[in-house]
Amino acid sequence: MNKFKDIKKIIVEKPLKLDCGQTINNYPLAYETYGKLNGDRSNAIMIFHALTGDQFASGINPITKKDGWWSYALGPGKAIDTDKYFVIASNVIGGCMGSFGPSDINPDTKKPYGTNFPVITINDMVNAQYNLLDYFKIEKLFSVIGGSMGGMQVLQFVSNFPNKALTAIPIACTASHSAQNIALNELGRQSIMADRNWQDGFYEEQNKQPDKGLAVARMAAHITYLSKAGLQEKFGRKLQERDDLKFSFDADFQIESYLRYQGSVFVDRFDANSYLYITRAMDYFDLTKKFGGNLSKAFEKSNTKFFIISFTSDWLYPTSENRDIVIALNAIGKNVGFVEISSDKGHDSFLLDVPDFLNTVKYFLNTSYKEIK
Amino acid sequence: MKKEFYNIAKLVTQNSKVLDVGCGNGELMKYITENISKDIRGIELSKSNVQKCVEKGLTVIEGNAEKDLMQFPDGSFDFVILSQTLQAFLDPENVLNELLRIGKKAIVSIPNFGHWKVRLHLLLKGTMPVTENLPNEWYNTPNLHMCTIKDFENYCKKRDIKINLKNLKFQNFFSELGIFILEK
Repeated sequence: MNKFKDIKKIIVEKPLKLDCGQTINNYPLAYETYGKLNGDRSNAIMIFHALTGDQFASGINPITKKDGWWSYALGPGKAIDTDKYFVIASNVIGGCMGSFGPSDINPDTKKPYGTNFPVITINDMVNAQYNLLDYFKIEKLFSVIGGSMGGMQVLQFVSNFPNKALTAIPIACTASHSAQNIALNELGRQSIMADRNWQDGFYEEQNKQPDKGLAVARMAAHITYLSKAGLQEKFGRKLQERDDLKFSFDADFQIESYLRYQGSVFVDRFDANSYLYITRAMDYFDLTKKFGGNLSKAFEKSNTKFFIISFTSDWLYPTSENRDIVIALNAIGKNVGFVEISSDKGHDSFLLDVPDFLNTVKYFLNTSYKEIK
Repeated sequence: MKKEFYNIAKLVTQNSKVLDVGCGNGELMKYITENISKDIRGIELSKSNVQKCVEKGLTVIEGNAEKDLMQFPDGSFDFVILSQTLQAFLDPENVLNELLRIGKKAIVSIPNFGHWKVRLHLLLKGTMPVTENLPNEWYNTPNLHMCTIKDFENYCKKRDIKINLKNLKFQNFFSELGIFILEK
């Protein structure tokens, strides 16, 4: 796609056998880096993005012209200090920011893949991104870090490559996607599919966009990223630019107007089919499946030092699910720290300016880095 | 640092694997990390204390010792430390059992309710003793299960727990704190 011609990407020649059985090769993987790789290549961190994130974690995103999604956490002097560390972020396969995704042209049909794109998994995403270690000739990462779906990728990475990361920080995530979360994702997918413009996923070749469906999916999802207390505090029953109710279906309330806005800006930057594929990947995520339900076994071969972080008001990936990972690691005597950060900002806390959270990441990284130096 | 912590730290073998249960602000953990063993982690309930541990660069698990010790396998630590919190648990007996299950040795300290000052306070004033080690009033104390060194020794005997204790009578009268190494 033309708008991506100036962004960094590698073409991965090495074939990747996907969980669905198909094999892909010569596919693009778009990435961005922050900071400088040091002489002995020991300061590299790989960060993984969440559902609607991308490789532009910090600074200004050149495509959307907005701040990167992790600008609070990543940058010079910040929690993940780019004066000190070399940070690699890439766009997951299935995504829509330059990596191999459903809007890419299928060489066989010369048309966008649409829903002929293979169903991908978190495992596939991580295996694809692993190629960047070879590209940058990094023997061992100092850390792998990510929140939400990014945290799932962290867990998968350590499980797949047990001795490739010295430390790992999975944030606000789970080792096994819950029924509630599958349900919420299905709600989003059905909303997209119910949009007449979706056209069974082949909307691009008909120059249509299922914007309404995608916007509703985003609105619903956005509610799940916040908390009841946070919503109440920010919006309450405040009215939107009016003195009284209008007895209509306009956005009377500020919260309605806010959600409509969130939906409308989202469709400008995100592809509906990518939304389907990535939410599917999250739903399929169950790290215990391969190990007979025993999560500990996923980490048995690893010596990675973990620090797990959850948030009090996160009901999407609640503390209990994060703690299950801690329990699994303790059960096999692995090195793990855990904190639950107080915040009323819900699941979104990991993207926001939550000082206790940012400090926790900072101190853990800096102490661990001192240990290896 | 509290004198108690030096005395506890002295009991920990070099480079052993240690768990500090109820590690507070991490003071003892930091001392042990720097002087005795780097292989140490703590469990702490209070969020503000957990942040203080994090700031010291310590490995801390936010959690509740009454529930969260069960996740550790048998004998997974050389030493499990419990400093002056046994009396504050709802079910201290269960916690002790867990300490002795997950630790090859447990180092436990308790405020001694048999100390002469405590006895004198109750005898002369007829009110619940308030001392340096027991600074709270009866209505706001976190201590649910106070005992004396003698009580603790009796308990260990009854449960076949090995306890290092000499001069019981002397200690029970003159020590404000009892620090013990326990083994099953």
